[in-house]
Amino acid sequence: MLDGFGQNRLLAAFGWAFALAMMVFLVAPSLIVVPMSFSASDFLEFPPRELSLRWYFSFWESAAWLRAARASLVIGVLTVALALPLGTLAAYGTRDLPPRAQVAVGAVLLMPAIIPSILVAIGLFFLLARMDLIGTYTGVVLGHTALAIPVVYVIMTAAFADFDRNLERAAESLGASRWMIWRSVIIPNIKGALFAGGLLAFVTSLDEVVVAMFITSGSNATLPKVMFSALRDHIDPTVAAISTMLITVAVGAVIALLRGERRRRTT
Amino acid sequence: MAQESYMTGAMTTACAPSTTLARSARRWLGTALPLAPGLAIVFGFVLLPCLWLVWLSVLNDAGQFGTENYQRIVEQVSYRRIFLTTFSVSLQTVACCLVLGVPLATFITSLPDRTRALFIACILFPLWTSLLVRAYAWLVILQRNGLVNSWLLQAGLIDEPLPLAFNTFATVLGMTHIMLPVFLLPVIGAMRGIDRGLMRAAASMGASRGHAYRTVFLPLALPGILAGASLTFVMSLGFYVTPAILGGGNVQVISMRIARSLSTYSNFGAAAAIGVVLLLTTFAMLGVSLLLRKLLLRR
Repeated sequence: MLDGFGQNRLLAAFGWAFALAMMVFLVAPSLIVVPMSFSASDFLEFPPRELSLRWYFSFWESAAWLRAARASLVIGVLTVALALPLGTLAAYGTRDLPPRAQVAVGAVLLMPAIIPSILVAIGLFFLLARMDLIGTYTGVVLGHTALAIPVVYVIMTAAFADFDRNLERAAESLGASRWMIWRSVIIPNIKGALFAGGLLAFVTSLDEVVVAMFITSGSNATLPKVMFSALRDHIDPTVAAISTMLITVAVGAVIALLRGERRRRTT
Repeated sequence: MAQESYMTGAMTTACAPSTTLARSARRWLGTALPLAPGLAIVFGFVLLPCLWLVWLSVLNDAGQFGTENYQRIVEQVSYRRIFLTTFSVSLQTVACCLVLGVPLATFITSLPDRTRALFIACILFPLWTSLLVRAYAWLVILQRNGLVNSWLLQAGLIDEPLPLAFNTFATVLGMTHIMLPVFLLPVIGAMRGIDRGLMRAAASMGASRGHAYRTVFLPLALPGILAGASLTFVMSLGFYVTPAILGGGNVQVISMRIARSLSTYSNFGAAAAIGVVLLLTTFAMLGVSLLLRKLLLRR
């Protein structure tokens, strides 16, 4: 960026050292959990002296952890099923609004990302209590959908900005129905963004703690909720095993996204 | 709200006899219909609950209108301490992001495309990792018999473990780890948009590297830096999980107080009132940052 000033070896070396140290700071802490999850000892040690899968077994043999994992998966999938179409349609509809209205609609749709989640959580608690939906899948899924819509909306707005609307007009002039235009023109063109949006909506739901803490209970308590109480009360190494599995999911998602992007660029 | 006015607008124009009007009415309807369900969910399950909080906050214990809940916040010293702690932790997080993030963003911006993509992938990775996993990781590193302490003890540098976890230090560290990527992305975006020719021009006119950086580069990057910093600050105000775990009960922030009022004391009015104060503070901070941004861009 500072070109025009020639090379300064010392400054460049310092820049690299600092930047690499920061990357270690950002990435290493989460990765340290991975080897520790294979430790055989009762407490956490790094590097582990003896390897074992005991903390993975402790997860797979615990009815409580498995129930939480299942609840998280079901809620995550249902959240994607709702938030992805709704966020996409909202982004699609916003395009035709006059600029001022676009800003207003965008502001409302981004609210859930700005309002502190504790407020959404207790507000939802009051609302769902009134509707008798506390501790139900319906309640959490609706809450998580509201939180995931902004994420999908942002991604899909960017995707529609790149989308050539003449394709849509051409299909329309050839007599295609709304449904056909979506199926054969719009969706194939925004496939990559739909995938990314769906993935992000899923991760948003899978990682959400605070709302789940207040409006789920017992049988539909999500994985983060159970992890949170396990961490607050004592440090259970099972959490290391679960964390490792969650990191694997995150890394897998990022790789899938990057691959999708590369494929889109090459074709 | 906006969508409703479009609906009614569409209705009134649809009644007009002109065909162009009818066509534009159909277009409005085509806009409003896809928007409606998403807006309805966000409105119903985020905005409406928040409005409900406002309503609950102005009811006293007897269920009548009253300002008792707010009076308590103003009068009790414990609330003042919690607000101060929240602000202080948030400001420290913003400060760390600025000190670490601005030089890092400058460096990353100067890299060739491929290397920069690699660095950005490293920045994105923590964003995809659960907050709980990261809080857990920091506990493992910082706790009494954690990595840092056991390494320092083995090396003979310290005689007894340092108190690294369950305090403000651990909380700010954990929050910086979470907010740094969020801060970096808009800053890198802003810095990438700066015309490189300007720096060459500064160099050709005899400016020193530092002088050109301070007087040309940084002012141009300022809107992005401001956006990142205000986002960091606003989001830090509402943090719950990280202070609760890494602060270990020694760092009491607003969110934790709200949760405790509700779950331990079942004091709905108090929880709602602090919630409203947090909400207003959040919006006020956003307003200030938007205003600053406007002033900066006009100059």
